[in-house]
Amino acid sequence: MAERATVEAATAFGAGLLFAIGLGIAGMTDPAKVLGFLDLGGDWDPSLLLVMGAAVPVHAVAWWILRRRGGPLLGGPVPRRPAPVFDARLLGGSALFGIGWGLAGVCPGPGVVSAVTGGSGLLYVGGLALGVAASRLVAKPPALEEREPDLGVPADTAIAPSA
Amino acid sequence: MDHFTPATALAGGGLIGLAASLLIVTTGRCAGVSGIVDGALRRDSPAWRWAFLGGLVAGGALLRVVAPAMVPGLAGSALGPMGVAVAGVVVGFGARVGGGCTSGHGIIGNSRLSPRSVVATITFMAAGFATVAVLRSLRG
Repeated sequence: MAERATVEAATAFGAGLLFAIGLGIAGMTDPAKVLGFLDLGGDWDPSLLLVMGAAVPVHAVAWWILRRRGGPLLGGPVPRRPAPVFDARLLGGSALFGIGWGLAGVCPGPGVVSAVTGGSGLLYVGGLALGVAASRLVAKPPALEEREPDLGVPADTAIAPSA
Repeated sequence: MDHFTPATALAGGGLIGLAASLLIVTTGRCAGVSGIVDGALRRDSPAWRWAFLGGLVAGGALLRVVAPAMVPGLAGSALGPMGVAVAGVVVGFGARVGGGCTSGHGIIGNSRLSPRSVVATITFMAAGFATVAVLRSLRG
């Protein structure tokens, strides 16, 4: 059997490929489409609400499967949820992210996909990497919850210890 | 509302959700793009992060061939090239400080009802709406 790291990388490549195609079909890689969603004062295009509206329930099934199995297929624990801490980092960082998103109409996933267009696409990704690196001056990983809160998992389902 | 495209929005969103699900159910890794970029830039990052980013770029290259209108690039931005780079810096910095972006908070966190992600999503959506409203008024 192939090493875990190899299977993990192959899966991640396939997931990234599908993710990009999904972004393209959804319209997320077209900045004009995204700005049409963020422009409430214009000819508002609510389409992108439906992108999240479809992606969230699909991924909720993934969490349900993970909890039922007690962990991912390759082994290991269910990723723990961050503890509900609402600090200046969460609010200020998210507000800054929203401002940058509103400026260009590009969030990180579509930005990386658009790198293939060269020019401004590469400049965006360069800026993204610089901003991410600079965030280490103030960012810190959020604390994790001690255990997964009960979200309707059957009582007889074992939850892997988050060691 | 003549730009409203519910069918492709739902189909694309479903595919994004499936892609992130494939990754997390198989490996336990979260497909939060800003977090993956952060991790990939650290020393000794495991290969999966670069593989995911490579998959995103490969998907972009494929779309450029089969459906080029879906990936028009960022050259048409009213900000100009340097403005686009600055937007990238603000997005990368803000998303990491806030712990996630449209994928990590917007999809993965919200789909497990993480209170932090719900608050982050409301915050970045509101900031995005406000920014576009300000730009619109500046441009007249």
